[in-house]
This record gives sequence, structure tokens and C-alpha cells, in this order.
Amino acid sequence: MNAPTTLTTGIRVTRGGKRPLGRLLVTALVLTVVAIGATFLLDPYRNYQFALIAATFCATAGLTLLIGLTGQLSLGHAALMAAGGYGYALAANALTEAGIDGVPRFVLSLAAAVAASGLLGLLLGLAAARLRGPYLSGVTLVLVIALPAFTAVFSGVFRGDQGVQIAYDGVPEALRTLIAVEQWQAWVAIMVAAVAVTWLAALRNGTAGLRMRAVRDDETAARLQGVRAGRVKVLAFTVSSITAGAGGAVLCFVTQSVSPGAYTLAFSLLLVVAVVIGGLGSLAGAFLGSIVIVMLPWLIQTATGALDLSADAAQRLTGNLPVLVFGVLLIVVTAAWPGGIRGALPKRMPRPAPEPRTSSAAAPIPTTTER
Amino acid sequence: MDRLLFLLATGLARGAVFALFALALVLIWRAARVVNFAQGAMAVVATYVAFAVTGLTGSYWIGLASALVAGGLMGLIVERGVMRFAGHASPLSGVIIAIGVVMVLQSLLGIAFGPNARPMEAPFPETPIVIGGVPVLSPYDLFVLIVAVGVMALLAVLFTRTPLGLQLRASAFAPEVSRLLGVRVARMVTAGWVLASAVGALAALLLVPTELGLNPHSADMLFVSAFTVAVVGGLDSPPGALVGGLGVGVLISLVTGYLGATVAPIAVLVLLVAVLLVRPGGLFSATEARTA
Amino acid sequence: MSHEPQRSVAATRSAPKRTAPTRTVAAIAAASALLVAMSACSTPGAVNDPAEAAPGVTDDTVTIGTHQPLTGPAAAGYSSISAATTAYFAYVNENGGVNGREIEYLVKDDGYNPATTQTVVRELVQDDEVFAILNGLGTPTHTSVLDYLNQNEVPDLFVASGSTSWNQPEKYPWTFGFNADYVTEAEALAQYADDEFAGKSVCVLGQDDDFGDEFIEGLENVLGEGSLASVQRYSVSNQDVVAQIGAMQAAGCEVNMLATVNGFTALAIGTAAKLGYRAQWMSSSSGGDAVTLAGFLGDAAPMLLEGFVTTNYLPYAPGNEWDDLFRQINDEYNDGAPFDGNTVFGMSVGYLFAEALAKAGDEPTRQGIVDAIQSGDLVGNGLVPLSFSGDSHAAYKGVSITTVVDGVQDFIGVTYVSDGSGGVESFDGEAVALENDGLPTS
Repeated sequence: MNAPTTLTTGIRVTRGGKRPLGRLLVTALVLTVVAIGATFLLDPYRNYQFALIAATFCATAGLTLLIGLTGQLSLGHAALMAAGGYGYALAANALTEAGIDGVPRFVLSLAAAVAASGLLGLLLGLAAARLRGPYLSGVTLVLVIALPAFTAVFSGVFRGDQGVQIAYDGVPEALRTLIAVEQWQAWVAIMVAAVAVTWLAALRNGTAGLRMRAVRDDETAARLQGVRAGRVKVLAFTVSSITAGAGGAVLCFVTQSVSPGAYTLAFSLLLVVAVVIGGLGSLAGAFLGSIVIVMLPWLIQTATGALDLSADAAQRLTGNLPVLVFGVLLIVVTAAWPGGIRGALPKRMPRPAPEPRTSSAAAPIPTTTER
Repeated sequence: MDRLLFLLATGLARGAVFALFALALVLIWRAARVVNFAQGAMAVVATYVAFAVTGLTGSYWIGLASALVAGGLMGLIVERGVMRFAGHASPLSGVIIAIGVVMVLQSLLGIAFGPNARPMEAPFPETPIVIGGVPVLSPYDLFVLIVAVGVMALLAVLFTRTPLGLQLRASAFAPEVSRLLGVRVARMVTAGWVLASAVGALAALLLVPTELGLNPHSADMLFVSAFTVAVVGGLDSPPGALVGGLGVGVLISLVTGYLGATVAPIAVLVLLVAVLLVRPGGLFSATEARTA
Repeated sequence: MSHEPQRSVAATRSAPKRTAPTRTVAAIAAASALLVAMSACSTPGAVNDPAEAAPGVTDDTVTIGTHQPLTGPAAAGYSSISAATTAYFAYVNENGGVNGREIEYLVKDDGYNPATTQTVVRELVQDDEVFAILNGLGTPTHTSVLDYLNQNEVPDLFVASGSTSWNQPEKYPWTFGFNADYVTEAEALAQYADDEFAGKSVCVLGQDDDFGDEFIEGLENVLGEGSLASVQRYSVSNQDVVAQIGAMQAAGCEVNMLATVNGFTALAIGTAAKLGYRAQWMSSSSGGDAVTLAGFLGDAAPMLLEGFVTTNYLPYAPGNEWDDLFRQINDEYNDGAPFDGNTVFGMSVGYLFAEALAKAGDEPTRQGIVDAIQSGDLVGNGLVPLSFSGDSHAAYKGVSITTVVDGVQDFIGVTYVSDGSGGVESFDGEAVALENDGLPTS
């Protein structure tokens, strides 16, 4: 059945809630083990890239649900990641001073990170609930632009342009002989991403997800059915901010630093690129999109390096070519291939035809939910 | 007091450019219900054309004319070439495609011209006229103000007093009915894009001589400021763009002057959030909750 | 939303519809396969096996790398540095290399974005296995890889930034600076202003980051705290400095110090001209290259830049023997690209590295090159002696004043070196002379 079916289905969803959750947990566990296994096949630099992908995935997974399920286009997810990164870094430094290190330091700092980004997301979400389409995009856009200003004005805390550096977190004693530090960082990134994304999937498959789709498709109808649209939007924004913050925390853990220059508008737009080319509303698509935005610039730089170009031509191509490719992908996918990569993957079950109300940009989202 | 006057005057001159650019965003929003994120990049392309033409002919005015033509052409190409494919059911797809256009245009400009800024000369002196011991506005600032206000007045006349304006407004607000009445709605949407892009190009051309120089990112901050202006004023409202533009221009100037340049982006964010919390559709929104 | 009693019923009913996990598994498996396919080699073993050659060193090559802003808004004015260094290495390689080894210089673009810097530096270290990182550019960008390079004991040589962070031998034993630091530079400019323009009111316009902070600190070291008539800051994201320049004009500033990058030096001088405001401009060398400034200022440049004061510690002056050599190399190996202060900077960095590599001996190791630099035997090509030692990882602790006269930027024979206690003293030693056509020997 399809998304916009009447909300009477909502009652049935609640009834079927727990069982898909078990199934989901098994899937999540299997995928996590596969991913961790994959790190053994990768050299340190590839593991570092893998960690970046996992961190990006935390943010894109939240963003794809926010855009795909509630139709709220946030251009400010880089700022939310930065909030997580700063939360992590400041907490980690405070804990280091208090003499706490290792796993407790990581867990507590991560909690601080998601608290910071969740709080910012909650505030934004409260504003967002009153706003529509472009007005929300406007607020989030200006938020990203204002990020360097915040870090400069409060440079006593955020250390301005240079950002905050944190102590190095090595491989735990027990694993030291077994794996290199990059592999350990990839493991941490994978595990954080796994928890974040499983949580998102559970929300999407449950009542909350259904309510989000209902509000997206017809807010008035949803309200008539007793769905509190404002609350649903705020919840969606906060949830996606929390996972973005977790992504920022992982990036900070991997690179031992956080600075405003890393969370630019360009990066924010790249996150949108990832979820669009992956397929809006699709978690697997968000993962594939994250791979693309992390790997493509590297692939293109490697490729242009292999060509025998003059220094000037190579210089102009290296940074610009990936942007060109992303731009073209964004246009082509949105215009001609709205399901993204995810929609193009082979599927075992025939997918339901898109219903008229669902826009091309918000393709129907297959879920495990009994509907 | 002198300082206040000086900052107000500077802010007004800059605000006029914001207003003009915001007006371009409003025009496209009214015509096609899309926020044209590519407006800045399109305007920079047109400014490069003006730069080249001025370089070849030695005339600022031929350059200005070519920027308007190039801007209009960019509007035509982008609307017919890519925007047509945006699903009309969702307001998101138009925005996302526009973001794609920004990336394509900026990277192409970067590949073609490199990152270096090229200085552009203003057609009038930029030394301010001193009134009562206070440097107020330069002849160039006056030119910018006059052009901005003039263009807005012309557009107001176009929309309210001409058949074309009526058709443009009709197809924006009631496309189905307009079609039934024989208005060629698709053509009107294109006309809106052409008009808006030419206005956007003009705004960028007016701004660049006051900045570091022309480079692929010249209009990035102009877009952000003007988008804020359009949102503050209400995306549907040309008067909102004017008032919002001057207001944001003065705000940035005063904050920079009294509190420091670093605080300015935060002040803009605070203004935006404050306005939207009170009026979610912007200051001059016609209806409280107009669905996009 | 999850506690429900009738789950078994739901389980049987919904079983056939479950498409998403299958597809998710397929997608992620496909992605994993992609990742696996890309992995060319396995996890490498222990590093620093003394028996093996150092990373990046073969019998006939030494591979080093750098991160530079080649694209993005910050690229303007900086992208020519690595091209100049590359040209200098081409010249060295053509003449037999260093100790029989050619230098391969891998230049990675980071777009002045710290996140990208972290990625490309890891790529250089782990994937390309470079011997050292040379001349990484930018304070925020390089700060983000400082810990990484030192933990991995990768020589981090001659960082292109005047921050004092690079000179912390205890904390960062593998990192060495190159630029004269902002504090020393500001002290020298302040001393010169005090001598030359005594009694005039001095003001400053600084970038709103460590560049501005350290520069202002240096000015106050010499002129005294609170002696600046007006302190203005700008932010790189806002290309409108009318409010700041207007404030300086209103405060009656006569000598204006600039802690600005090239674009904003031009903007400040240009804006002042538009406001009809005349003052003596004195800028940090980071934003003081007359050729670059002229590019920004256009036709009015010769008039606006006349009398402009800045500093340099490298032999960039018409008629200097180093300058002549570098111009020659630029024509032959750099396609005759525009020759400016960045060209001299890039080639001087190349020369200093070649010298360090030559001194590191026939079998260079990472520790070996660090020892060679700390030995104090390097001479470089500066106007003041290098100050490298076990306790100092700063290259130049002094600068020479330059002015623009008749459109030509040249030294005026006034040189200062840091006195080590918050001030500067005059230096009248000789600049380093050119030897062996700029080809270092061990």
C-alpha cells in the first residue's frame, strides 16, 4: 500500500510495531558486522575514507528522512554537524582535564555532541514548524553562513578560525596488536552510524514516520485526523539534527579537530547532493550518496593527476571538476531519475507506482511497515 | 552623529543593490514558485560578459547593455533548458535543480577563468560628496540608487499598467484559469525568468565595482543577503524586497560600524529569525500561510 | 510506538511485503564490494623499520607532498606558490637532483578547507607515502593536521603561515615554520613607524583571527599597550570595509598598519582612496606584494601604492642575484608565469628543502632531515640568518623593510631582528649570497 492512504492505517501500524523492529535490529547487526569485516580488507587510507563515509552517512540519513518524509529542505545541516563537532571537542577537552579518557570519554563526549546538536535542532525545528519551504531554507542557509561569525565572536570558547583541537584517541589496549588506528576509527564511525541509522529506520517504520508522511502529503488532512503537524515537524527536525551531530562528533573523533572552515555552505549543499542522488527518503540511498560525495572528488583528482595536463589546467580542473560533476548529477537525477541511485537498484518486489500527490522529488518510500 | 549619517548613507547604497537582486528573486518566485538559488551564479556569468565587452569596446554602457542581454539569455536557457524538467508537484525539485545549476556555472567559470579576481572600474567617481563635513554618497552610489529605484518603478508600471504585466500576474497566481482564458502560461513563466535574470545581472554588475573584483564567487554573498531580504520582505512582495533591501543594507552597515564586521552575519540571522517568528510569510506577506 | 501485544499476528501478515531490508542489504553489499575492489593493498605492518629506506625515498627519487589552496575563494593569490616550488625542483632535477635523487613534489588542492586538508594530507602520508610534507599553506588548514603529522612522525617542513604555532619544538618536534612570524613582523613595522613617522597617530586594521591578534600583539609590544588610536577588524566573508576605513578616517589615523591578506590590503587602500582619505599604509608581508596588489587595484595602482611600506625576509628585489636566478628558472620551468613575491617565496622554500635534504646525507631518513635542520647548519637564502636550532623551529626571526618608489617595490636597507624580549633591534649583517647557481650541495 501507499503512503497517502488514510490514517486509519496508522492504527494498524501501531499494532505491528514491535515485530519489524526485531527484524530491523537483525538487519542492522548483520550490516554492521559486514562493514566491520570490510575494514580488514582496506588499507589505512581507505579505512579513513570509510570512516568519513560513515560519519557523513549519519548526517545524510537524518537529512534524507527530513526532506523525504516531511518535505523540509534544510540547507544548514553542516552547521548542525558543526554543533555536534564542537560539543564533542569541548566535552572531550573538559573530560581530559578531569582525567577521564578512553571509552568513557568518547561516550560522554558523544552524548554532549548529540545534546548540542539536538538542542540547536530543536530550536530550529520550533521555528521551522511555522515556516514553509523556502522560508525554512532561508533560515538554515543563513545559519551556515553565520557559523564562522559565531566561532569568531565567541573565540574564547570556539577558538575562531583555527577551531578546537582534541587529544588523540588511540586504539584500545586489547586491540592494539590487531588493528591500526585508522581501522579502529572506522570501527567507531561504523558503530555510531549503525546506532544512529537503526534508530532512524525504526522511527521511519513506526507511527512517527507515518505521521511525517501524512503531514508532508496533506497537512490539513493530517490535522483533521488528529495529527499534531507542528509537533511532527519539530520531532523530525530534532531527530535529524541529532544524527547530524553524531556525524560531526565522529568527524571530530577521527580528525581530532573541528573548525568552521570545514562546515561551509558548500559542504551543506554537498549533503543535499548526497541525499538527492541517493534517492530522497531512502536510507540506503543516503549511504550510497555519502560514498559518492566522499569518493568522487578523490577519484577525479586521481584521474586528472594521471592525465598529462599543464600545471595551470590541472590546477583549474582539480577543484572545479568534482563540483561540475555534482552539479550535473543533481540536475539530471532530479529531472530525469527522481528515485536516485536507490531507485535504480534491482528490486525483488515490484514497487508501488508513485501516487499522484507524491512529488517526483519525494518518491514513495518503501518501508517494512505493515500498511 | 556624523558617523551615524555616514553609515546610514553607506548602508542605503549597498541596500539598494540587495533590494534589486531580491526583486529578481521575487519575480521568479511569483512567476514560477521557485526560489532561484542559481540567480547569483547566473548574474556572475552575465557580469563576465559585461567585463569582456567593456574590455573590447572600452565602453561601460555597452558592457551594461550586454550584461542585461546576457542575463536575460541565461534566464531563458536555464528555464527552458533545465527548470522545465523540475516536477511541478514539489517545490523542492526546483530548488535542488537550481542548486545544481549554481555548481555547474561556478565550476565552469572557475575552469574557464581561474580563481583570480579581475578589477572592474565604476563608470562614475567613487569619492563621496561631502555635505556639512560628512562624506555622504559618492556619485557612483547615487547612480546605483537611482538605477535601482528606477528599475523598480519601471517594473511596477510594467506589472500594474500593461497587458503583459497583467498576463504575467495572472499566470503566476492562477495558471489554470489563465490558460482557459487564453494566456500562454508557459511563455509567461519564461518571460518572468528572462526579466528576473536581467534584473539580477544588473544588480551584480552594480555591486562588483565596489568589491574586490570579478571572480566566480563574486555574487555568493549578494545572493545570501538578497535571499534574506526577500524572505524578510515576503517572497511575494516587490515592495517587501525594496524595504527589506534597504533595511538589511543599513543593518549590516550599522552593525559593522558600531559592533564590528564579525558580528554582521549574526545580526542578519537574528533579524531573519525575529521577523519570521512574528510573520512566517515575511513582513509584506499577503496571506499568513500561503502554501508554496 | 513500539509496545504492542499482537506481534505474532502482524508478523505473519506482513512477511511478504518486506522489501526494504533486502534492498538495503543489496545496496550496502554492493557498496562494500566497491570498497573492497578499491583496496589495493592490505594493512601495512609496523612503521619505521630502521633497516628499510625511509618512506618516499628510493635510490633515485625523494617524494614529498603539500597541501595548497588551488581552488575556491581563497585560491586567488596563493596558487602560484606551489607552481614556483615545482619549477625550482624541476631546475634541481635537471641538474642532477640532490645527492643523485630527483625530488618529486605532489601538490594537493585543499581549497583552504581544513576538512579537505585532513583528507589530502592523509592521502599523501598513507597512500602516496611521502617522505615529508613541505610548505603546507594556511593557519586554520595546517593547524588541523599538526597533531596527525607529529603523531605519525612525518617531517612537517616550512609551513607557509606566520603563526607562532609552528615553533613549539617540545610539543611538535616534527614541525618547522618558514615565514617570519606575525609578531616579529609587526614589531619591526612598529619600530620603523616609531623611527620614521614619530608622533603620528598609528592605527590597525586586522583580520578577525590569529593573524590579526598576533599582529596587534606585536604592535603593542613596541608602541605600548593602548597606544593604537583605532583598532579595526574585518572578516574575510564580507568584502565591504567602508565602515572600518571610515572609522579610521574619523579617528584621525595617519599611519595605518594592515594585518590583511592581499585582497583586503587592496580593498582597504582602494576604499580609503574612494573616501578621499590619505594615510601612510604599512602592511604585513602576507598582504604586501605590490604586483599582486596592482592586479587588484587596476589602473589606479601606481598612484595608490606609492610609498606603501611592507616587509620581506626573502631576496625579492630587482637586480638581486637570487631574484635574477629565480626569474630565469621561472621563464624556463614555469612557462614564464607572472613573477611576483609568491614566486620568490615558492622557490625559496624549494631551495631550503633541497638544502636540508642535501645536509641529511646520502641515505636520508625522516629523523635525519629533522636533525639536519636542527643542527643550525642550513643557511637558506634570506636577508636575515635562519634561526633553526634544537630549541627554535622558526625560520626567520627578522625582516627587512621595503617601500614602493616610482612603482618599484624595493628594500631600503633597514632590517630588524627580534631581540627575544618583545622588541626588535637593527640588523646589519649580510644577506645570504648565491652559491653554486642555487643548487645546494652537502
